[in-house]
Amino acid sequence: MDIFFFLLFAFIALIAAVNVVLQRHPISSALSLVGVMGSLAVLYLLLGAEFIAMAQMIVYAGAIMVLFVFVIMLLNAGTEERTGRSWLAQIFGVPAMIALLGLLCFFAYKVFPNAGFVKFGDFTGGGAKEIGYALFTDYLLPFEVTSILILIAIVGAIVLARKELD
Amino acid sequence: MEPADALKLLNSGVPISWYLTLSALLFAIGVAGFIFRRNIITVFMCIELMLNAVNLSFITFAHQHKQASGQLFTFFVMVVAAAEAAVGLAIILTVFRNRSTLNIDKINTLKN
Repeated sequence: MDIFFFLLFAFIALIAAVNVVLQRHPISSALSLVGVMGSLAVLYLLLGAEFIAMAQMIVYAGAIMVLFVFVIMLLNAGTEERTGRSWLAQIFGVPAMIALLGLLCFFAYKVFPNAGFVKFGDFTGGGAKEIGYALFTDYLLPFEVTSILILIAIVGAIVLARKELD
Repeated sequence: MEPADALKLLNSGVPISWYLTLSALLFAIGVAGFIFRRNIITVFMCIELMLNAVNLSFITFAHQHKQASGQLFTFFVMVVAAAEAAVGLAIILTVFRNRSTLNIDKINTLKN
């Protein structure tokens, strides 16, 4: 059953990811990206990461993608215009991509040939309780630094996006 | 493959390397979009796709080592991605206000 769910949602994620790249309109790309994030959230559930799966749906598919859609509508972004690509990208683009993919897969299989199997229910340490405990004991300093980062990001976004007052 | 072997594979779960391969595929697709697309918003979305691909590897390794701390890295990546999206989209707004274009080929004042 695990393998069936993995293949189903991996297939959906791949189709949606290819759609993100191939669509010419930014709104279609954004909606495909929501599909990728949703199917990845199901895969996180299969891997026992319940809290992260929920955070993925709420933060990524909810907040960040709404921000993207807002900006696309605000800028009235239409279909992307075709412009000439550099000859370097035209000749070496696709082979370089395949080489990168092959390298990543080679390492995945070379370093982890018999790394074991993922079975639903094997690992149950991904609930909100365990994550919260680890976050507020071992990883307290990174957590606090993150809050400062978010504060800086809020101030930076407001400063960048405000209208110039003369 | 014998039917018994197939049944064994079906019951033993999904190999770790399959998850890593899916992560590599998503990352490569993200890189392809980053290079080939010309709309600055779509380029930004491809960066988010790459971040998601890396998150999947983190969660897979957390499952492999049976530790929750691997999942915390995903949590931090998510927070940084949210901050990055807010600032990046503000920059895109400013660029559009000044240049009236979203095509990254036309934003080339630094070139030459």
